[in-house]
Amino acid sequence: MREKNISLSSRHLLGLQGVPREDIQLLLDTATTFREVLERPIKKVPTLQGKTIVNLFYENSTRTRISFELAQKRLSADTVNFSTSTSSTKKGETFKDTVRNIEAMKVDMIVVRHESAGVPLYLTKISKANIINAGDGLHEHPTQGLLDMYSIREKLGTLEGLKVCIVGDIGHSRVALSNIHGLLTMGAKVSVCGPLTMIPVGIENLGVKIYTDINKAIAENDVLNVLRIQLERNAGQSIPSTREYHNYFGVTSERIEKNNKNILILHPGPINRGVEITSEVADGPYQVILDQVTNGVAIRMAVLYLLGTMH
Amino acid sequence: MQIVLKGITLLDPQQKLNRKDDLLIVDGVINKVGNLSKDDYRHSTVYEFEDKYCTPGFFDMHVHLREPGREDEETVTTGCNAAAAGGFTGIACMPNTSPAIDSAETVRFIKEKASRHLVDVYPVGAATQERKGEALAPMCELFEAGAVGFSDDGAAIKSAGMLRFTMEYAKMFDAPIIEHCEDPSMADGAMNEGFTSTTLGLPAIPSIAEDIIVMRDIMVAEYVKGKIHIAHISTKNAIDLVRQAKKKGINITAEVTPHHFTLTDESLTGFDTNFKMSPPLRSIENREAAIQGLVDGTIDCIASDHAPHSIEEKEMEFIYAPNGILGLETTLGLAITELVAKKHLSLSQLVEKFAINPRKILNLPVPQIKEGEKANLTIFDTEIKWGVDISKFKSKSKNSPFDKTELTGKSVSVINNSKIYFEDKFVEI
Repeated sequence: MREKNISLSSRHLLGLQGVPREDIQLLLDTATTFREVLERPIKKVPTLQGKTIVNLFYENSTRTRISFELAQKRLSADTVNFSTSTSSTKKGETFKDTVRNIEAMKVDMIVVRHESAGVPLYLTKISKANIINAGDGLHEHPTQGLLDMYSIREKLGTLEGLKVCIVGDIGHSRVALSNIHGLLTMGAKVSVCGPLTMIPVGIENLGVKIYTDINKAIAENDVLNVLRIQLERNAGQSIPSTREYHNYFGVTSERIEKNNKNILILHPGPINRGVEITSEVADGPYQVILDQVTNGVAIRMAVLYLLGTMH
Repeated sequence: MQIVLKGITLLDPQQKLNRKDDLLIVDGVINKVGNLSKDDYRHSTVYEFEDKYCTPGFFDMHVHLREPGREDEETVTTGCNAAAAGGFTGIACMPNTSPAIDSAETVRFIKEKASRHLVDVYPVGAATQERKGEALAPMCELFEAGAVGFSDDGAAIKSAGMLRFTMEYAKMFDAPIIEHCEDPSMADGAMNEGFTSTTLGLPAIPSIAEDIIVMRDIMVAEYVKGKIHIAHISTKNAIDLVRQAKKKGINITAEVTPHHFTLTDESLTGFDTNFKMSPPLRSIENREAAIQGLVDGTIDCIASDHAPHSIEEKEMEFIYAPNGILGLETTLGLAITELVAKKHLSLSQLVEKFAINPRKILNLPVPQIKEGEKANLTIFDTEIKWGVDISKFKSKSKNSPFDKTELTGKSVSVINNSKIYFEDKFVEI
């Protein structure tokens, strides 16, 4: 009998690529415990009392930052927010100097979001704190990957052998990559679906199937993780219009009812209603979109707890 | 003043010279190749160069000196010192300075700064004013002041129409247009596009961004019978295009950097900005094609694309860090390690790529190991093993991905302009 894992194998969470199955299992199981805490009248535990956490956000974020902040408060940590609009970056200070200044204030953990891939890894080299990636460029968003897996497992009982299709702008999505790595590690079969301009070069080498027919993707999968069409990023060049995208790749009730009524729909938010998904589906019986948000707090509590109490 | 280089292997493919002998240099001129008298030794400073090679001085035709404009990163003097330490007696410096090298005044400024150095400096002039691709640079004036080629390096000349004019104009003095081949509509990225960029989540530049401009340039060169040189070629398709163009008799040449025949895009997995350059490191097939191109002569020469950047500029979030790495002090070691020690190139071929071809492309006289010729020589060791140590670089910057890399082969000394550089010192001879 193998002993049950009680701690993670790394002191940082930079991505889900290469994270061992035991670690993901432990994170998901720990989140289950915290999920119960969130249902209590008093939703606070003293686990990280005395720990200082900085949320270093170089890119706009509402839900991820609030979710992290709430998770930190539920665990009784002291938290500080740093975002570009109020930072010294605009005054010409380098990223490294900013981090060194924050470090000098004695922080234990840094949650970082940045528009450049690789920044969390770089942080591990210039800071002694535990680093948690809250999204780096088009690279990874590991807590989103974990909360998606948690939500699927919660609803369907397992990840092993499940067929999961990620739909949308895969090339401009860090959510896609974290989902792919995590799900493959947990034994799921992963595919992507979208116009070929949104499918990055070589993605099939990760062991991922490619669909360009949304009906087929719905028919052949157990779970659809529908990504936001990010008009603020480059999506504008990859598709002719949101109208055409909706007509050929949108997730609609008709498509679900015609092809696979048992499908489970996830969406990391924020939703573009009427573009990648209709309101009917987004509010309908197949989806777990708001559960994902609640689970996000539990997952982030699990990550912060497991990293923050490592020795 | 006279010196003797003793017991050295003299290698000059131009005269099929390949033998171990002694060389007497008097007042900077080769006085005797062998047959030295006892008096010759007695009156000379004797350098024991047993087991070393002596060849015509090496030339790096793609160097960024950063002066004028960014003297904090490199100056003409520190760049020349780095060149001497790396085994080069001549360099061509690119025009993307600030201001750009688009006036005779700037050409003269750089030549004046380099005038007393061992290393010869030949500026490459901008092909268009301010390198903007909109109006021809005053090439006649630049050429007269000493420019040896023309380029908007850092980017390709903006339009096919403007490229055509630059090529036609430069034809009047047989100067090459040196092109940084990259289609800007596909160049908005931080690394090569492929499986690695997909897993790293970095915005990527496809190899066809280079191929398309190489093809455009070949067609323009064919049409106007112009002279085109492809800088830092990095893709298999582009190399194939140059190969076919040469067969058709088009006046085209190409260079490759040591990093493109040594490294691949997989080096970027640690997000180290010292592996970020333009063109980006490519996949393994492209690296192999670069070696093949050197072997079969499609690629004429090796050039470093020496691109100094300050530590604070390079130590930045990956997508914001500037492109470029140092090269002068590692180029020869990398070429011997990757090409000669692995038997892709003979030493004679190496000398062609390092000393003869780059000067021919720029219409510069090629030094020869012959009595009566000016001594312009590189002395190097092909066996010595050494570890790169950036703290010992003569360059003012430190942005090299090769720190701590173990290499085989190194420059020992260079001689030019009546000076010898040996054991970290310049001495008049």
